[in-house]
Amino acid sequence: MILLLQYMIIFAAVLMLVAIGGCFSEHSGVINIGLEGIMVLGALGGALVLKFYPEDGNAFGLITLTILAAVVFGMIYSLLLAVACVNFKADQTIVGTAMNMLGTAAATVIVKAMNTAMNPDNVSSTIQYINTKKAFLKNIGGFEFNWFMLITLVLVVISYVVMYKTRFGLRLMACGEHPQAADSVGISVYKMRYAGVIISGFLAGLGGIVYITSGVSEWKFENGVAGFGFLAMAVMIFGQWKPHRIAVSALLFGLFRALSNVYMGFDFLKSLNIPSGIYNMLPYIICLVVLAFTSKHSRAPKAEGIPYDKGQR
Amino acid sequence: MRKLLKNEGFESFIASIICIILGLIIGYVVLLAIKPAGASKAIVAVIKNFMYYPSGAAKIKYFGNTLVKTAPLLMCSLSILFAYKVGLFNIGASGQFTVGTCAALYLALGANMPWYVCLISAMVAGALLAAITGILKSYCNVNEVISCIMLNWISLYATNMILTKVKESTSPYTLVVANTNPKAILPSLGLGKLFSNNPYVTIAIPLSIILAIVIWVLLEKTTLGYELRATGNNKNAAKYAGMNEKRNIILTMVIAGALSGLGGAFLYLSGFEQWQCTQSSVPGMGFNGIAASFLGGLSPIGSIFSSYFIQHVTAGGAYVDKTLYCSQISDLISSVIIYLCGFVGFLKLVLKKAAEKKEGGETK
Repeated sequence: MILLLQYMIIFAAVLMLVAIGGCFSEHSGVINIGLEGIMVLGALGGALVLKFYPEDGNAFGLITLTILAAVVFGMIYSLLLAVACVNFKADQTIVGTAMNMLGTAAATVIVKAMNTAMNPDNVSSTIQYINTKKAFLKNIGGFEFNWFMLITLVLVVISYVVMYKTRFGLRLMACGEHPQAADSVGISVYKMRYAGVIISGFLAGLGGIVYITSGVSEWKFENGVAGFGFLAMAVMIFGQWKPHRIAVSALLFGLFRALSNVYMGFDFLKSLNIPSGIYNMLPYIICLVVLAFTSKHSRAPKAEGIPYDKGQR
Repeated sequence: MRKLLKNEGFESFIASIICIILGLIIGYVVLLAIKPAGASKAIVAVIKNFMYYPSGAAKIKYFGNTLVKTAPLLMCSLSILFAYKVGLFNIGASGQFTVGTCAALYLALGANMPWYVCLISAMVAGALLAAITGILKSYCNVNEVISCIMLNWISLYATNMILTKVKESTSPYTLVVANTNPKAILPSLGLGKLFSNNPYVTIAIPLSIILAIVIWVLLEKTTLGYELRATGNNKNAAKYAGMNEKRNIILTMVIAGALSGLGGAFLYLSGFEQWQCTQSSVPGMGFNGIAASFLGGLSPIGSIFSSYFIQHVTAGGAYVDKTLYCSQISDLISSVIIYLCGFVGFLKLVLKKAAEKKEGGETK
């Protein structure tokens, strides 16, 4: 039971981070389908630190550096979306999709090149971080507390405050609702959209490293992040683009995702004898069902997906 | 020259060529960054693909192999561009491809059905999966991109589960179709002989080209095609003009799904590959299809060539020196190309301005 709770919270943390990232981007008016690719790059950045940090080094330094690397990788990668969609008015769906493919391909190429350079026989795309990962974990009475859980909680609160209680957040949202009106009162729509996309890069990059360290201690980059970025988008829609509601719905989705990891531990579920494939499908099926019932009245930011053209009325 | 520059098709062509060249340059730079010594050789290997073999017969045989995989890619790309014309982004082509494969292989290996039954059921399976997306979109307002992705993963896990029943006992791969049930292999009609007796070259290749032409006729020359495109341009306008926009959205997805499902059957019923039942990622065919359809300027005829190009580069990735680089370099190149395709609108604008400038200069 404790194991289920632990997995639920950590998966929910990933979904919260990435979904709130997407939420910032969409409130500024840019649909960020590339969240998945950003997660992969963030994961790559973090994993590189975890791999090369000296094992006897200090834990605080390790945690800070890992997070920093993940966040910086995510933000830089998200610039690809910002440049294409804000300055060049490119189709946001195509660019996002390309970023997802590019993220996985680039990470695979980089990791494989690195692995073969270190050992010519090693052609895998896997990075291992068994020992360094321990710095993030703290065992509290059987519950494996992960520092990322706390960090996520703090970031969710900060996101809520930034979005609703600061001048910046309200201006950002104005750019996603009615950019022409925002521009007319002197807000730079382009700058705000850049800010929205870069914040989403920050959060999704962090989400990426949390995801790959959540259950396992090595990651095969050929697999990307297995549709988690898209699950996060579903969480965002289910949470109606509001950070606090996203946090609640992430817990729900986290539960189903966790079930596929730990169902073997429950005698009751084990006795049902359902093949593991069903549990793997479960989060995606639930997601579809939930979306079918909640999308009808979804209140997406009005101007999302539409490139801002100064000359347009 | 002026007329040529103004021609829409020519503009798309130039824009695609620019995307390809930039994509290859970026790929080359990445190779240089990994290891400068072998970079030129590697990029040449990617571009040469089957030309790598010295003998003419081998060249033709491996050209045949590239074509075998071009046919399913073309189907996926047709599926994506067809949906895109109606305003839907069918990122679920991979999932539809997967369930098509599942239906075709299960009927071929488990039920000993002949090839045409397998082919039709693959079409139906793809169509049904895509219909879910269409229904969710038109009745529940669910974004098609998200429902497609969810269905991709669901169909991957379902296919793995179902095809495990017809797999080889010692490996994770499905049984070899040619040994288990030769009736299910697509007929070759003597085409294989043209490619140095390549056993995998089947009617799938000409069939996919015929379907590309059919899709072009359907979109451009029929009332249904007109209605579908109108729905894509403006859903509300189509509705007020008396078109049934809900039916159109679902119908579009059904046709798109049938196309990708057929793609799955085209690949696996040629006997070229076996499905791996422990596969942990959705097949890349549907995603490369996105590259192919945008690179082809969203025209069915253009897709024939762009699908071939994408498959040519992907297959070429297998010939890079494995001790220095990995074959994913070609995935990287094709994803860069898709990214650049996002800029096509901007490129066309630049081309148009250049043409206008020239015109202005001449009249003065």
